Amino acid sequence: MAAGVISTSRRMLSNRVFLWSCLAATMIAILLLSVLMVSIAIEGWSSISWRFLDSFASRKPAQAGIKAPLLGSLWVCAICGLAAIPMGIGTAIYLEEFAKRSRLKRFIQLNISNLSGVPSIVYGILALAAFVRFFGLACADEPWTLGDPESLFFIQFPFGPSVLAGGLTLALVILPIMIIASQEAFRAVPPSLRQGALALGSTPWQVVRLVTLPAAMPTIMTGAILAMSRAIGEAAPLLVIGGFLLVFQTPTNLMSDFTVLPLQIFNWAGRPQADFHKLAAAAIIVQLVVLISFNSVAIIIRQKLQRPLQS
Amino acid sequence: MTALAARSAAEIANRGTPHSALIRRWSEGSIKFALLSMTLLSVVTTIAIVGVLAGEAWGFFSMADQPDISLWSFVTGLEWSPLLGARPAFGVLPLVAGTLLVTAIAGCFALPIGLLTAVYLSEYASSRTRTILKGVLEILAGVPTVVYGFFALTFITPYLLQPLSSGFGTYNAMSAGIAVGIMILPIVCSLSEDALRAVPQSLRDGAYALGSTKFDVSAKVVVPAGLSGVIAAFLLALTRAIGETMIVALAAGGLAQLTANPAEQVQTMTAYMVQIFLGDAPAAGVEYKSSYAVAFTLFLITFVLTWSGAIILKRYREEYD
Repeated sequence: MAAGVISTSRRMLSNRVFLWSCLAATMIAILLLSVLMVSIAIEGWSSISWRFLDSFASRKPAQAGIKAPLLGSLWVCAICGLAAIPMGIGTAIYLEEFAKRSRLKRFIQLNISNLSGVPSIVYGILALAAFVRFFGLACADEPWTLGDPESLFFIQFPFGPSVLAGGLTLALVILPIMIIASQEAFRAVPPSLRQGALALGSTPWQVVRLVTLPAAMPTIMTGAILAMSRAIGEAAPLLVIGGFLLVFQTPTNLMSDFTVLPLQIFNWAGRPQADFHKLAAAAIIVQLVVLISFNSVAIIIRQKLQRPLQS
Repeated sequence: MTALAARSAAEIANRGTPHSALIRRWSEGSIKFALLSMTLLSVVTTIAIVGVLAGEAWGFFSMADQPDISLWSFVTGLEWSPLLGARPAFGVLPLVAGTLLVTAIAGCFALPIGLLTAVYLSEYASSRTRTILKGVLEILAGVPTVVYGFFALTFITPYLLQPLSSGFGTYNAMSAGIAVGIMILPIVCSLSEDALRAVPQSLRDGAYALGSTKFDVSAKVVVPAGLSGVIAAFLLALTRAIGETMIVALAAGGLAQLTANPAEQVQTMTAYMVQIFLGDAPAAGVEYKSSYAVAFTLFLITFVLTWSGAIILKRYREEYD
């Protein structure tokens, strides 16, 4: 390049200025995280108690607690995981191990990356039509029921704004993330392992079941935990399907009403009184503790189980 | 140890019991079919999203008792007041403008800081510093967005913005924009860092051999070489910012207005949807149905952005071996 000659001292100066701006930018990220954590801890710490974890919502801040949203979050996340993790792994197996390079495969791949960019609130609208109302095919006022309403296995069609509908909604939101993470895990398995198994006479499904899936499992599990930590913080789609803001019972079966922690935080944070802001901060502390324990499990799995495979 | 080995050998022998070719072909085929149908579910999801949104939006535009509503007045209208006043107005531009204002503030905040942090991580940091910083970013990425909304409302506005200028109200576009910026910062950072680290070491070595400083190498070699990945990261982050809901619902306010003043309150497309689905608007009412038209607009905007990100990544990628 025929650039004009720049003196060495000026080049050294710009070099140093650049290093300092990079450092400053990095410091901003760390500073933000610490300010966020400290300000929330200061505001919410005094409200944390066993009573707070073990009581229902209330109009009086001194008596309000997060029992219903905490258990609601657990139910919804469990359903979400049971639906999204096998579906995600199955799709990844098909795309990475079975599908041949074709126009259909390229289209599906593009479609999945587009789905991962769809705002979560739009998934809420889809779920409202599909799970809560069954596209208007069944009458919402007289749902078709199956089983005893008191029992654990009670189901009704359409689902209505129930725990099951909430879990499936979150499953839609995290499915693209789950598929992409699992695909990357399968891609990281060296082809020599597959070729070895095939050479011993395995069928394609035996190769997956006995060789590639076990080899990819630690990475898949890390991805699954990160996807679940996204699900547990999601509020917008559940708000659209009608997650309740005030719930005075814990879920007993798949058709129970529910609320989740982020919705409860949203409800309290949106009120003008400072006392409710303290409750919101306390609920955020609980949420972050759950989240950080999720993340540390992912980190532990990654470090303990991920032995590098020879290629 | 030997017992274990013997047991697993027996297990392997059992697994290897040959089936007849017919059973084998049949079971392989049915598994493949089951996996294929899981895969097609993602396509069905897309079709269902488009179908539901388009169908309900069509219902909004063809409402018999609302002759004023048309696609043209929706796309070009400068006033959005579905709930107030005697004659509701449905022009989507104020909502789009509110969304773009918040996204622009978030972008001005997060894109430069994110890129500089990515350069630091990939070019300067030791591997130990990198591990720690990546951990910090991973935690930031996992924080639920409603937490950032709470942070904007209870910290950014009263302690950062209001001391600067008395023009900032309780709800303003600036605090929401900064909070959305914090939310997308980890995405910008980790995706750009991946793109920069994918640039082969030989390019850096070549530049150093010509007498470059670290600044020259980073700014004139590494970033240009990884540019397609960096831009794709920017677009993905902006898509997330446009679709972000809980932060703007808490901190940006609820008044749809056409303004570029970040101290004013604005309503975004997502915040309007929250307002409708939270409130008790009757499901057959015009304001309820209008939220579907808004949702379809939002979907189209994010779809175009994601699509162009994929195209940029594919077409302008510099391939190195």
